[in-house]
Amino acid sequence: MILAGIITFLTRFLMINLIKKNSLSARTKVVLSYVPSAVFPAIIFPAIFLDLNGQFLLEDNPKIIGAIVAIVVGYFSKNTLATIILGLISYWTYIYLV
Amino acid sequence: MAGTTDTSSKTDQNLPVKDIVTTERVWCLKKMANKIKYFSKGSIDTAPLLLPVIPFGIIFGVIGMDLGFGPYVTYATSFIIFAGSSQVVFIQLISGGASSLVTLASVGIVNSRHLLYGAVFAQYLNKLNIFWKVLLSYLLTDQAFAVANKFFKKNSKKKHFHYHLFGSGITLWITWQISTLLGIFLGSIVPDELGLSFTIPLTFIALLVYEFRKLDHLLVMLVSGVVAILAYNMPFKAYIIVSAISGLGLALMLSRKKKKKS
Repeated sequence: MILAGIITFLTRFLMINLIKKNSLSARTKVVLSYVPSAVFPAIIFPAIFLDLNGQFLLEDNPKIIGAIVAIVVGYFSKNTLATIILGLISYWTYIYLV
Repeated sequence: MAGTTDTSSKTDQNLPVKDIVTTERVWCLKKMANKIKYFSKGSIDTAPLLLPVIPFGIIFGVIGMDLGFGPYVTYATSFIIFAGSSQVVFIQLISGGASSLVTLASVGIVNSRHLLYGAVFAQYLNKLNIFWKVLLSYLLTDQAFAVANKFFKKNSKKKHFHYHLFGSGITLWITWQISTLLGIFLGSIVPDELGLSFTIPLTFIALLVYEFRKLDHLLVMLVSGVVAILAYNMPFKAYIIVSAISGLGLALMLSRKKKKKS
């Protein structure tokens, strides 16, 4: 476990230390600005579209409804808390009503 | 008369000393105030994201106990690894009898997205001393990255701006430790029917709201998400880094096109 901890730490620590000031080209910086958009969907999509066994689940999937509401709310409000809460409420509403 | 000279001499003696003390204090306080300001801003910015962290921590504590790791080992993963998804992968693989090499490789690959976060933050944090780098690296999570990244873009010229990441990281750290302990000692106090695991993808959707109006970012998200679904069954949970790299590949192409246009 200690090793797993060290590996986790190193993934966080290495790049911060290895990259020297201004050694990044402007282009690299532009590409790096896409990091959140490139990493987070890798966590979002499977959590919404796949069930516990890793099977694709499109019909009768309340998570898709919740996600759509969250995206719409996020698009218009740009508010983190409102996005999470309204997404969760619509998910619950769907589960209990449908 | 004597009385007034007495008091004036008293004030003469006292004022300069007081002045020096107060100016020094004011200066110190100002310095402190900035640190506290950024620290608490980091904390406050993180607050909305804590809602999903608490049930996730509790669930992790419960899983650890269910798989027979006991309170000490289960809690130690939260302290030593401090990365929710890798902790789940870690205890699941160990309990499933996977070799330590496979377990370590999986943890490494699940965490490899932090390399990208580090690459983004290097430009801001490389001037800090080793103590700060070690501390902030230990505290660097998805949520802290997203929150601090937004703040750093605007405020990286200011002194002590890194206290924002410190505040955000500590807030998440304390919440994670407490919620893991809750899961360990109180068991499943969060009923399964609430489906609180859904708050995890919701958090990450909420962290992207600022990019929803940019077409190029939307394309990157779509590619990354679709690749994640297609690559989900890859060994070592490699789908996260594979789809991240696919998304960044597209970003690279888009940035080339943009350059040509301009």
